[in-house]
Amino acid sequence: MTMLQGFQIALHALRLNPLRSFLTMLGIVIGVASIVTVFAIGSGAQLRLQEQIRSIGANVLMITPGAVYQGGVRLKDGSKLTMTESDVQAILEQIPEIQAAAGSIAGTAQVIHEGKNWNTTINGTTSGHFLVRDWQLAAGRSFSATEESGAGKVVILGSTVARELFASGDDPIGAQIRIMKVPLEVVGVLDRKGPAQDDVAFVPLTTAKLRFLGSASNINRDSVAYIIAKVAADGQMAGARAEIENLLRQRHRIPAGQEDDFKVQDPAAAMEAQQGAIRTVALLLVAIASVSLLVGGISIMNVMIVSVTERTREIGIRRALGGRMRDIRLQFLCEALVLCLLGGAIGVAGGVTLSMTVARMAGWITSIDGQAIGLSLVFSIATGLIFGFYPAHKASKLSPIEALKTE
Amino acid sequence: MTASPLISLQSVSRTYRTEGVAVAAVRNVSFDIAQGEIVAVMGPSGSGKSTLMNMIGLLDLPSEGAVYLQGADVADLSEDRRSALRARSIGFVFQSYNLLARHDAIENVALPLVYCGISRKERLARAEASLQAVGMLHRARHFPRQLSGGEQQRVAIARALIASPLIVLADEPTGALDSRTGAEILALFAALNRTGQTVVMITHDPGIATQCRRTIHLHDGELVSDETVTQLLPRRSATS
Ligand SMILES: Nc1ncnc2c1ncn2[C@@H]1O[C@H](COP(=O)(O)OP(=O)(O)O)[C@@H](O)[C@H]1O
Ligand SMILES: [Mg+2]
Repeated sequence: MTMLQGFQIALHALRLNPLRSFLTMLGIVIGVASIVTVFAIGSGAQLRLQEQIRSIGANVLMITPGAVYQGGVRLKDGSKLTMTESDVQAILEQIPEIQAAAGSIAGTAQVIHEGKNWNTTINGTTSGHFLVRDWQLAAGRSFSATEESGAGKVVILGSTVARELFASGDDPIGAQIRIMKVPLEVVGVLDRKGPAQDDVAFVPLTTAKLRFLGSASNINRDSVAYIIAKVAADGQMAGARAEIENLLRQRHRIPAGQEDDFKVQDPAAAMEAQQGAIRTVALLLVAIASVSLLVGGISIMNVMIVSVTERTREIGIRRALGGRMRDIRLQFLCEALVLCLLGGAIGVAGGVTLSMTVARMAGWITSIDGQAIGLSLVFSIATGLIFGFYPAHKASKLSPIEALKTE
Repeated sequence: MTASPLISLQSVSRTYRTEGVAVAAVRNVSFDIAQGEIVAVMGPSGSGKSTLMNMIGLLDLPSEGAVYLQGADVADLSEDRRSALRARSIGFVFQSYNLLARHDAIENVALPLVYCGISRKERLARAEASLQAVGMLHRARHFPRQLSGGEQQRVAIARALIASPLIVLADEPTGALDSRTGAEILALFAALNRTGQTVVMITHDPGIATQCRRTIHLHDGELVSDETVTQLLPRRSATS
């Protein structure tokens, strides 16, 4: 008997009892669907992080507000803007490894252009921001010195905002848009950097303070929410970081032993660490899903043992008519394999559907990975072989004479 | 007898051991079966007829003595080889038909050829021919439960014949049938034998046994007589 005949007999037998066959493979279906989904969501999260790491730009340090004490009480990190534009200037001038630096304040607002409007992040910064992040303009120009110092009514759009506000034929450059009733001229549109990055509109820092965010009580004229700085070379990251910390402690007059009122971070490194954490969680989830696969395998073994008992007479007949022990073994092994493979295929389809649904509903990025699908199918086959072997072996060992005597 | 023996049993015994008790189902039986013979094996229930048949059919091996198939001691063959011989050289017919309930007649008939490595197309073509030979071709796509006992037994005979076996072994083939249908099945075996098919048939119906030229009688596992009649008795009408 050939493998193909084995599969034909198996399919015939399984078709006769479709509900039972389906219930038998349910464990495998659930296990494989879980594995595929976990892989899809996990690698989607990885992709998103990688994109973020890329979008920050290479060798970027980020300085954010840290602990603040008021009357001996430690306030939440970032509850007060502790950095200033002069800090930016000092970092740029006094630390040789720093190539570019920019301070930013940010908030969200409605952006309006001729009836179209879009809610987005408004980032007030200087043209140094684009240098730090290696972010090129797709069209137009950056802020001029006079616009930066004189709160010019100009705006540079991220590509998402440009797409949402302007029809594809329209040139945004030179157009007037409004943010919080203030008319601004679009002077530039940025290159695409990734879906999470492109949904933004940049205005000069002075414009943001004076016209949009200045009323917020925790903003004084000189302060910025965060600073980004570009270090010339990869090897200088640690040194530059230490120098920034020293400089800012001096400038902020922080006595030795007291906590800094700022934090210097390496976002790319932090995200890489996060990536490792995602990998760990995904592996854990896959391990849990594998338990379901194991349970599925046991359920298949259970049903196969029952099936062998029920079909003892059939086995006797097949043996009497010339079936060898290995033919009987192959027949039942094929049945287990078909159950697992079919379960695996349904599971893959289910997993793909589930992860696409998750992607749509939760807005997560998921990535369907051929490797994960292949791996799940290999798992299914292995499950079929492992848990199908014992019942198949049992069937092949039956004495044909005894088997023919059973009712 | 001029034909060389197809089957030869030499001092064959078969003893079952269950829970320390030894039951001698067949004791020291010797006889030959020549190509083209039709042999009836008779004896009361429990006299060892089926045990003997299982050994001739390579399903079982003797505890003592030897069974030779075309001169080869079957105990020397591997389990796989004996299986292959069952597929190609032995045709079994059982009292309870033993058709696979979930396969139709033609698939049942073709089943032994699955174990001969024959393609599906040829299997079905030969199964058709075999069904034709027993007059069941018109029921090829019927399932066993849709057929009467006599029809099922005809399908089973078609299955036994499909690989052109050296010998057809029938264990009480009419035991589950009414006498009229039984007589038809018996006539079928007689017709097969006239075409040269070797047949061994277990029966405890003396009326059936008299249709065979040769009758072997067993009692308590021992061979009590082995008679060949030169003149067939005139066929008696079936008793109802
Ligand atoms: N597997 C077995 N284990 C023990 N005893 C058996 C077994 N098979 C048959 N026997 C015994 O062997 C004897 C012959 O049985 P069998 O060949 O089936 O007789 P028959 O077919 O003539 O009715 C009986 O006494 C039966 O109980
Ligand atoms: Mg019997």
